[in-house]
Amino acid sequence: MSKKENKLEAKNLDAYYGDFHALKNINIAMEEKAVTAFIGPSGCGKSTFLRTFNRMNDYIDGFRIEGQILLDGRDIYNKDIRVDELRKEVGMVFQKPNPFPKSIFENVVYGLKIQGIKKKSVLEEAAEKSLRHAALWDEVKDKLNKSALALSGGQQQRLCIARALAISPSVLLMDEPASALDPISTAKIEELIYTLKNEYTIVIVTHNMQQAGRVSDYTAFFYMGELVEHNKTRTMFTSPKDERTQNYITGRFG
Amino acid sequence: MTNSDINRLKDKAFQVFGIFCTFIGLVVLAIFLIDIVAEGITRINWDFLTSLPSRRASRAGILTAWAGTLWILVLTTLIAFPLGVGAGIYLEEYGRKNRLANFLEINIANLAGVPSIIYGLLGLEIFGRQMRLGGSLLAGALTLSLLILPIIIVTTREAVKAVPRSIRDGSYALGASKWQTIWHQVLPASFGGILTGIILALSRAVGEAAPLIVIGALAYVPFTPSSPLDEFTVLPIQIFNWTSRPQEEFLTNAAAAIIVLLVITFLLNGIAVYLRNKQQKKIRW
Repeated sequence: MSKKENKLEAKNLDAYYGDFHALKNINIAMEEKAVTAFIGPSGCGKSTFLRTFNRMNDYIDGFRIEGQILLDGRDIYNKDIRVDELRKEVGMVFQKPNPFPKSIFENVVYGLKIQGIKKKSVLEEAAEKSLRHAALWDEVKDKLNKSALALSGGQQQRLCIARALAISPSVLLMDEPASALDPISTAKIEELIYTLKNEYTIVIVTHNMQQAGRVSDYTAFFYMGELVEHNKTRTMFTSPKDERTQNYITGRFG
Repeated sequence: MTNSDINRLKDKAFQVFGIFCTFIGLVVLAIFLIDIVAEGITRINWDFLTSLPSRRASRAGILTAWAGTLWILVLTTLIAFPLGVGAGIYLEEYGRKNRLANFLEINIANLAGVPSIIYGLLGLEIFGRQMRLGGSLLAGALTLSLLILPIIIVTTREAVKAVPRSIRDGSYALGASKWQTIWHQVLPASFGGILTGIILALSRAVGEAAPLIVIGALAYVPFTPSSPLDEFTVLPIQIFNWTSRPQEEFLTNAAAAIIVLLVITFLLNGIAVYLRNKQQKKIRW
């Protein structure tokens, strides 16, 4: 197996909410077309870190970062990076399914429409492709014009994934994508992540150790704003180097 | 009497008091409506609606008055809608949450409580005299727009605020700009609420006489306005004028005009309620 390229990198990253030092000197490199799981107790900074990769923290008053976040070697906090362009490259799926109060079709093509793509055939093709990709097509192909809010929670979350895939990103950020779902829907999402990693670089935040073990190639453990350990998932779960990691994954705290 | 008896008695007493409070308003309103309808309903006919004002009560109609009201309604909407909604969206979506924002917020709330006649004086000076619009429809509509702007701004902000953060996040994450997010997500989701607020504000504007009298709207206008710069009258002024006449017949006319005004107001409120219900059915977060 040839060595894969580093897709995402953080260099000496510090993040603050006002006076609160949320992320402390994070250095990490994540390889292309692999799944990296961020684990750690609530408030350890993993979601904050995830959101720096598509700059979703920009809207929060008082938030600032020091250091660098690199996507394909380019600093995404550089002044000449356009945030909307960045987000076409780095898609995101949120903790709670958040479909727009529009039809299923309109949800999937939203990202394309705001780019100014209007041609119906292009949109329809993209919608089908993304929905198939997200393993939702067979369930919704006959009701594309029905409201997305009528879908079940699990279907809504896969719709949100389809919506993110429609604008052809290369990175997919997932912030606890299955924490609001039942076990069957969760299993479907995990299966989906497994197939998607052939094409996408995936970063997933999760509270569920088993989930991290099942879906990820690499795991990063965060604690109190620090990156404690980052390694191959199997190595990390069988022989963690740091005592805090060991305590956390064996369920002694968190 | 035991303690629990006393408590039961208090409970009953409060219930009776509550029923009394509820009904007193309704009863007064009912008496008013019955009285007005009994007095005026027979006076309402096609001629009454389509006749010009006259010195003789039996020949006087409300054509110019309701035409004026309609003009005012349309012009006020055209002015107040974009201004109020624009300001509301700006304050909620773009405005930073700092002291200045707090100051503005408190003052907008205060403005909503300023008596309408004060707005009339302001309108008279600014629109009537400085802008030389006199007692025209435009001056009247601008004055009423000032009057209802605070209401529209406040309801717009409330409606916009009710759109959940997660919807905005979803839109931003797909590469949408702030404006695209507002246009494609926030506005459609909050439009029912905004519209409801505007219609309720307009139904208030329709009933106003005082500020329009101050800026110089006339009671006797022998023609229907054909441009925003024409002089005008409105239903409330016509009613006010007729009720101050000594002859019995004019009071009947006033009652009939009140019925027409009430119908317009109820219609507007009805539309507002309908839109609100429709919105609630359509969107459940």
